[in-house]
Amino acid sequence: MTEPVTDPLTPVLTKRWTEPDAWSIETYRRLGGYTALPKALRASPEQLVALVKDSGLRGRGGAGFPAGVKWSFMPKDEDKPHYLVVNADEGEPGTCKDIPLMMADPHSLIEGCVIAAYAMRSHRCFIYVRGEALHCYRRLHNAVREAHAAGFLGENVLGTGFDIEITVHAGAGAYICGEETALLDSLEGRRGQPRLKPPFPAAAGLYAQPTTVNNVETIASVPFIVNAGSAWFKRMGREKSPGPKIFSLSGHVEKPGQYEAPMGTTLRQLLDLAGGMKDGIPLKFWTPGGSSTPMFTAEHLDVPLDFEGAVEAGSILGTTALQIFNETVSVPWAVMKWTQFYEHESCGKCTPCREGTFWLAKVLERMVDGHGTEEDIDTMLDVCDNIFGRSFCALGDGAVSPIQSGIKYFRDEFLALCEQNKAERELAGARA
Amino acid sequence: MTTVEETTQTPVPEGHVRLTIDGREVIAPKGELIIRTAEREGIEIPRFCDHPLLDPAAACRQCLVEVEMNGRAMPKPQPACAITISDGMVVHTQHGSEVARKAQEGVMELLLINHPLDCPICDKGGECPLQNQALRHGRAESRFRDQKRTFTKPIEVSKQVLLDRERCVLCQRCTRFSAEIAGDPFIELLERGAHQQIGTAKTADAEGWGAVTPQGQPYQSYFSGNAIQICPVGALTSAAYRFRSRPFDLVSAPSVCEHCSSGCAERTDFRRGKVMRKLAGEDPEVNEEWICDKGRFAFRYVTADDRITRPLVRENGKLREASWTEALRIAADRLAEARDNGGVGVLPGGRLTVEDAYAYAKFARISLHTNDIDFRARPHSAEELDFLTTNVLGTTPEDGVTFTGLERANTVLCVALEPEEEAPAVFLRLRKAARKAGTKVVHIGQFSTPAVDKTFGTLLACIPGEETNAVLGLREHAADVYAQLGEGGVILLGERAAEVPGLLSTVAGLARETGAQLAWIPRRAGERGALEAGALPTLLPGGRRVDDTEARAEVAAAWGLEALPELAGKDASAILTAAANGKLHGLVLGGVDPDDLPNPELAREALARAEFVVSLELRRTAVTEYADVVLPVAAAVEKSGTYLNWEGRPRPFDIAIENTGILSDCRVLDTLAVEMDTDLFTQTPQAALADLDRLGTVEPPVAQPGWTIEFEGEGPPKSPLRHGKARLATWHRLLDNGSLQDNEPHLAQTARETVVKLSTATAQGIGVGAGDPVVVSTHQGRIELPAEIADLPDGVVWLPANSGPSTVRASLGVGHGDLVDVRAGGGE
Amino acid sequence: MTHAAQETFGEETVREAAEIIARYPQSRSALLPMLHLVQSVQGFVSPEGMRFCAEQLELSEAEVAAVATFYTMYKRSPCGQHLVSVCTNTLCAAMGGDAIYAKLREKLGLGERLEGNEETAGEPGEPGSLTLEHAECLAACDLAPVLQVDYEYFDKQTPESAAELVDRLRAGEAPAPSRGPGLRGFRSAERQLAGFFDGEAALESVVDGSSQAVETLRGAQIAAEHGWVAPEAEDVPIPEVEEGAK
Repeated sequence: MTEPVTDPLTPVLTKRWTEPDAWSIETYRRLGGYTALPKALRASPEQLVALVKDSGLRGRGGAGFPAGVKWSFMPKDEDKPHYLVVNADEGEPGTCKDIPLMMADPHSLIEGCVIAAYAMRSHRCFIYVRGEALHCYRRLHNAVREAHAAGFLGENVLGTGFDIEITVHAGAGAYICGEETALLDSLEGRRGQPRLKPPFPAAAGLYAQPTTVNNVETIASVPFIVNAGSAWFKRMGREKSPGPKIFSLSGHVEKPGQYEAPMGTTLRQLLDLAGGMKDGIPLKFWTPGGSSTPMFTAEHLDVPLDFEGAVEAGSILGTTALQIFNETVSVPWAVMKWTQFYEHESCGKCTPCREGTFWLAKVLERMVDGHGTEEDIDTMLDVCDNIFGRSFCALGDGAVSPIQSGIKYFRDEFLALCEQNKAERELAGARA
Repeated sequence: MTTVEETTQTPVPEGHVRLTIDGREVIAPKGELIIRTAEREGIEIPRFCDHPLLDPAAACRQCLVEVEMNGRAMPKPQPACAITISDGMVVHTQHGSEVARKAQEGVMELLLINHPLDCPICDKGGECPLQNQALRHGRAESRFRDQKRTFTKPIEVSKQVLLDRERCVLCQRCTRFSAEIAGDPFIELLERGAHQQIGTAKTADAEGWGAVTPQGQPYQSYFSGNAIQICPVGALTSAAYRFRSRPFDLVSAPSVCEHCSSGCAERTDFRRGKVMRKLAGEDPEVNEEWICDKGRFAFRYVTADDRITRPLVRENGKLREASWTEALRIAADRLAEARDNGGVGVLPGGRLTVEDAYAYAKFARISLHTNDIDFRARPHSAEELDFLTTNVLGTTPEDGVTFTGLERANTVLCVALEPEEEAPAVFLRLRKAARKAGTKVVHIGQFSTPAVDKTFGTLLACIPGEETNAVLGLREHAADVYAQLGEGGVILLGERAAEVPGLLSTVAGLARETGAQLAWIPRRAGERGALEAGALPTLLPGGRRVDDTEARAEVAAAWGLEALPELAGKDASAILTAAANGKLHGLVLGGVDPDDLPNPELAREALARAEFVVSLELRRTAVTEYADVVLPVAAAVEKSGTYLNWEGRPRPFDIAIENTGILSDCRVLDTLAVEMDTDLFTQTPQAALADLDRLGTVEPPVAQPGWTIEFEGEGPPKSPLRHGKARLATWHRLLDNGSLQDNEPHLAQTARETVVKLSTATAQGIGVGAGDPVVVSTHQGRIELPAEIADLPDGVVWLPANSGPSTVRASLGVGHGDLVDVRAGGGE
Repeated sequence: MTHAAQETFGEETVREAAEIIARYPQSRSALLPMLHLVQSVQGFVSPEGMRFCAEQLELSEAEVAAVATFYTMYKRSPCGQHLVSVCTNTLCAAMGGDAIYAKLREKLGLGERLEGNEETAGEPGEPGSLTLEHAECLAACDLAPVLQVDYEYFDKQTPESAAELVDRLRAGEAPAPSRGPGLRGFRSAERQLAGFFDGEAALESVVDGSSQAVETLRGAQIAAEHGWVAPEAEDVPIPEVEEGAK
């Protein structure tokens, strides 16, 4: 199987960003914005669902579920109100693609929302924006206002008889709300704790009505697919993971930033574009898609970064948030910091995640402080086993990724910390 | 699977599925959760958050099992409490799966890392699911060697309920119970992650905000005790029971609640002759697994200081202790004398068992030769007597309204009934029906009580006393409700219906007209039983009418008498009037409080005027102040017997506290009768019941058109607030001054605030705002309380019947629907 | 409404609360924005603020407390004029975030670590008062280490630049953020998060402002420099679907 050959970078979503005032409706329209919408509204909802299915577009929020298939779960009738909810609660450590997108090009999201809502027979869309992303919230708010004035939103959009309202909603600081059912509870004015599934959102989501939750980057891709077709989309990326993808490079690289390249691009290729490692200090470890994805090392520079490639190499693609750490960074320390994050953000609903992250953070803090033992390493791994796949939602799974992968690749570093302790003294009075 | 095997398999009945649990083939109803199916098969899967009556949460993760569906193993272990069974499913529990065993052990270890090792001083120790399961499934030694999470302990979530947060495993049973079952979301999860804890707005104020005087709402719920009972650890305790005893020191007896007409199943735990606590018993037909806080916590009246344990006789105006022989002899002689000189009236009260009520009924007829007996120690009417005879008498769970029937009703109309205050188990069922089955609940009342909201109900507000017109107007003004009553509707009537002329007959007419089922839900536990036992002036035991010659003869024959008194007796008011006028010379009273009677003044006059008064009582009361002989009787926990609940369902219970030497009413009356040379054959409750059973029941009379009184009132009473007059709405609250709640300071502090309720316009009319003092008065007295604005009709004020200073009958001498004077209070 | 709540939250706030409720099909959805609104009035979510929300939404106070205590952005004690949030998540921390946070704590004279996330220097609400918190990942990792003031981004900070920033804030100045409009204080930010921009002109004035960091545009710039593009897009008709598929 030969992969399509494209340029190393394929700016689609990020192309407009370089324009001055890219966020205004004038700029957006001048650069071809809102041309997909009338085209989409002339088609039937079924045609749009089929188109997105055929494009192979997979959810850009981390899980990679085929977007068209998700859309097709929505009921075909309109007995009940349908809701489209955009997950703009970007918060996975390392992930920083949706916020620049919404800041720079909010109308692409709005146009995508109207098309997606029409395809799913929804007349109400909510964009749940992370509260800390105030400037995005403003820009979206403004974009909704501009789109209304231009007739792209509201009643009888472009004279087609289709009605759609978009409400921009600010969160209030909780990573767990990126989990789609927790987001729905939060949007209903509750604690953001995940819901039991089934029922799945397509059957009973927001206000117990049929609902689809999609990521920002996913929805913003839709107008392009409507305009240029699924074949065009599939010319980029790989067979099972087609399309362009925003790779966010951060950390110890010369030129961190947002790089939109075809799915399946490798870190080696991206590092080349980004001028290599900062100050030439060698790479030690990196995450392919945020802290919840098991870390990679320099051995993985040639792993194709798409959904299949990442899994085959022992991690997951996640949000293509490439956090790059050089040799100066202690792995146990980094793992401790991430674990503290998960402990802070665990919603508290289920035992394994709530108690497990608490325990793991304690052990790691002690270990980094020089009071760990080799036995602690094995205990941690066993506790990870008791969290992974036992928690209510995926937060627990994500929380153990840094620990499991960190010990897998850098066990010696953990051991070294423990050796130091062994040499000092037996920890007194700490036995429970 | 081969076809040969298929043919040998037992067929799966309609609505069932076939699955395998730990290698065992099981056929179980579709839609059931794995954990329930397994349990029925004797396979216990450990759990904490799961509760069969709560919606699944799958939060604690203790019940993880391995599941295969369509021949494929699910990649992760699944919570057995949240996965419904399906055809061909294969389940491996901890008994057959290493994955499940390890998952469960792992969760147990995680639950314990922050759980204190204070089992020896924890109230739950010995009956603690966490302790039991940790011993069975846990590791011997914890690998956790860091600092445990600690909290300040304990915190008050209410005056009755205390929380030791470090013991809590955050299963959320308490919060889910409160939100789902009781509809009182005043206890919630607070904070997040490892800091997550249970709390109230008040504890949030105190902890999170460091407020100097925390003001948030406490956990005020009539059902809060259930949260304690279903807590799987010792995190929630009651102020009443905390540190009082150890589970293994207690003896348990199944019992039935004596507080209302629901007849909830309870478990009474006692130690050395003293009740230490009561718990909800399990009865799916009646109370499921819930009881109200009154039923749970109000039991120390039994051990009150003023409890009477020896007979008392009056000598020189004062009561003194006497021997049973002496007291009975005096009582027998003087009653016989009073009987022969003018007659004796009998007021047994509404809290008796069927057996005790029967003894009173028989004692009146045989020993006192009279039908002057009436259990209704509350406002009542002749219309009510007719209604009870034709619409209530003889109904049973087989042919009448039931708790479970409420869940099947499409509409329930509550008339003159506050289910949450008067019959809490009925309220819980109504809420469940509305929540789970979409039953529409309609309340004819005066304002949106919490129960209206919590049953997702509709209020049809009317002026107090005008309920009859409201019912008559249903067809025209609430046509949808009227129509729905005809399609599987139920009407529930409360005790204060008797205070509204024409209401009972009109409702009976409505039920006949629409085909709706009808039930009468009295407040007291003994009223329904006393009706069947014949403790009424027009009814003999077993539903026989006094004016029915044949029925009378039948009873006389069964009792070995030639004849029974023919004349219909006087009702309670007439008995008291006759006694006050000197026409009746004697009175025999059971548990009766003059202030509950329609005219407390008249009652006191009657007691004072009667030549001879015998009181069968637990404690010193207003009646014993007048009594010439007081005979001590047993409280519910000291005797056996049967309550007949409002459904007409017998609720038998055995003696819990034995060897107290205190006798039940039926035994006391039996002995007294013997002293009067008559035989009741009620020397034990068993004997009394056998005697009543031998008598049997007759078919209740069928209501004939035109046979009941049709309302011919004078038209609606006019009652906007004029010249400072308002119409009074009043009813009893669950927690109030009732004497069976005495000695329970913690429970008393969870009572609802004592206020006068009135509409904005009415309040403005007298120049008061929320919280300002308002005086409600009659020629007889006054009650002053802070105002609370509510959605009452204008010109109406509401007072709790017997809460704190609001003692309506005693202070004002009026009742529901009467006119009162209303003005701004304070500054006098 | 209780008297205390009435004094703090006047008719205007009640009207605005109703406006928030009107945005949603079900009133309870208004709770998160309403808590932001309450915070814009008082500078934190006070017990009265929770009571106010409970009354407006017909919820129990416990239900509101459950929500208010779940989210990090709801503060339990009065905040300073500005809220300074320093990202100390792993990547920012490794790039200097921990050092920035330590430097600012020292600079603001904040002693031993307090319970909770945030601490305040100065009299809350007074000009120059600052609340400092360590934040989780602020989704600007390519611009690490970052901090936010009143939720506006200050990118690529150093302990020195952050210290200078704090000095200027303490002095009552409003330094321009790397992205977003000028600083107007924590309460103003909270008011916007409740969805109130107070007129089109006001909205336009805050919507503008820089958002194009070099890092944000990096890939697109490099592509432009090299003439790299995505495959050419032609206007392709949307395929018909078979009837059976409907």
